[in-house]
Amino acid sequence: MNAPVGARGAEYEMVVERGKIAEFAAAMQSAHPAYRGPGAIVPPTFLTSSALWAPEGARVDVGFDRKRLLHGEQEYVFHGPPPRAGDVLTVADRIEDRYEKPGKRGGMMRFAVVVTEYRAQDGTLVAEGRSTLIETAPKGGAA
Amino acid sequence: MTAGTTRLDAGTQAPPRDFGPLDRRMFVRYSGASGDLNPMHYDDTLARAAGYPSVFSQGMHSAALLASFAVDWLGAETVRRFRVRFREQVWPGDVLTCTGEVTAVEQRADGRLVTVELTARRQTGGVAIGASADFLLPG
Repeated sequence: MNAPVGARGAEYEMVVERGKIAEFAAAMQSAHPAYRGPGAIVPPTFLTSSALWAPEGARVDVGFDRKRLLHGEQEYVFHGPPPRAGDVLTVADRIEDRYEKPGKRGGMMRFAVVVTEYRAQDGTLVAEGRSTLIETAPKGGAA
Repeated sequence: MTAGTTRLDAGTQAPPRDFGPLDRRMFVRYSGASGDLNPMHYDDTLARAAGYPSVFSQGMHSAALLASFAVDWLGAETVRRFRVRFREQVWPGDVLTCTGEVTAVEQRADGRLVTVELTARRQTGGVAIGASADFLLPG
């Protein structure tokens, strides 16, 4: 709860699967041939599905009230061509930043930036996800 | 499929593409594909009990549609960064119009790094998703 900047989640394995890529491509209404067949690569936002591979409790918990939680931004960075079907990635979260801003109607909004690292089997960082999470100010403006 | 033979400079625009009208089946398909099983995106009874007029699309679903548009323009292998900002909620029946414009081209040793701004607008004109992305093109 309320894990500090620098806190890390547990590492877990994600296997990049051809069928999952095809399923994701269908959901994004993409007919791109790069997302079909044995050499399929992952679409730009596919790595969000790594959540399906995370064991209970592996991900970092920023401690925000779920009723006031918003997903403000999401970024994926690829340090080379996107991962492809058959790749086995080691995934781990870390908290990159936390900060507060005054809410429009009083109170404080809290922000947390969670980076999810995706590493190849030799340890090379191949991709990163960066989520900006927002906890809106409590109702009534009490801070 | 990619823009390899097309001239790209700051100001170059992609041909727009519409997605939709979006429906609950699409939201459910994205729920399964992504693992986001928040019922606000497929259970109308729960969504209304929480004060919403109906279910609504996952922000990441709209982001994925915008990504689909972007890779048809600039390639799937070439993407190096894709960042979305979530703005307005997207509802059943909405049509999202995706547009894109090149904002910078940087010649590097390993290719041309093309930076684009992308937008998914609802039929109301409201911006659902704003995005910026980098693609590393050969040459």
